[in-house]
Amino acid sequence: MAKIIVVTSGKGGVGKTTTSASFAVGLANRGYKTVVIDFDIGLRNLDLIMGCERRVVYDFVNVIRGEANLNQALIRDKHVKELYVLPASQTRDKDALTVEGVGQVLEELSKTFDYIVCDSPAGIERGAQLAMYFADSAIVVTNPEVSSVRDSDRMLGLLASKTKRAEEGKEPISEHLLLTRYSPKRVATGDMLSIADVNEILSIPLLGIIPESQAVLRASNSGVPVILDQKSDAGLAYSDAIGRFLGEQIPHRFVEGKQSWFKRLLNFREKEAV
Amino acid sequence: MSIQTQLHKILHYFQRSEKSAKVAKERLQIIIAHERIERDKPDYLQAMQKDLLDVIAKYVNINKEDVKIELERQEGCSILELNVVLPAFQEKN
Repeated sequence: MAKIIVVTSGKGGVGKTTTSASFAVGLANRGYKTVVIDFDIGLRNLDLIMGCERRVVYDFVNVIRGEANLNQALIRDKHVKELYVLPASQTRDKDALTVEGVGQVLEELSKTFDYIVCDSPAGIERGAQLAMYFADSAIVVTNPEVSSVRDSDRMLGLLASKTKRAEEGKEPISEHLLLTRYSPKRVATGDMLSIADVNEILSIPLLGIIPESQAVLRASNSGVPVILDQKSDAGLAYSDAIGRFLGEQIPHRFVEGKQSWFKRLLNFREKEAV
Repeated sequence: MSIQTQLHKILHYFQRSEKSAKVAKERLQIIIAHERIERDKPDYLQAMQKDLLDVIAKYVNINKEDVKIELERQEGCSILELNVVLPAFQEKN
């Protein structure tokens, strides 16, 4: 039985697809057979981030409608073994995804895969609801910014009520907070919510902190998930997050900004005083 | 007064009085607490409020705002509180 992970956020542009891509690569790199599914019907983009946009022939909706079988629609990833991508359809039909259809595809995938990563669209419409409906774990991607934090809390409410596990009264979905686009420098100057602030408000376990990084745009420009850039802070932070997701104890890094010489002087003097 | 406190004071002087992140946190705490209470209410509450309002309106001339319904959760049970402000009672002659 595969473990189903939903990557969700409510708000758009916070890094769901970047996270889905890097998470899928990270899990596959560790030897788990992984498939990542784009649930953003009509606005397919995971293919671009994964760098397989020119190899899309059939998609998720084709499989649900029986126009193609899973093997025809799954795209084998170029970078990592054991990784497959199931692209979203570009149809404008809002009702293309159904609970039964999605359920059948996930069940079929469960037979051969270890992990199924569901890349949720933004918003709380059908695509987002179905991406989370069958999940065992949720990665809530949040920026340290008011609208993103509020939307994340809203998604936590939906995860606790509008999912299969909630409806059947089973053990609740395990929730993980991934704080992205974090800028320690701006936190230090008091212009960005800190890790502690967001943690206090959302109060779910912190899976990782991905620093604001130029590597993320570079990665999406070239269609190579940022986790594969192991020279970058963001890539390393994603690797750490994978480790923690699999139960390893890894301290958080890239959370301290460079302090001004004046503050350093003050801290130094304080330490001296103690 | 130690040198550090003086330095801190000087540093403080150059910093803006209230940090925007602090404002953000306070605003979020308030709105999220409010929204959590709203979403924990059962779905039928709104429909029931409308039905109750219709029944009362059948007998008394009231405004929608005159009926307040609150659901209070306690251990083991929930208490439904219905508050209706009726218009002044008119005595029959």
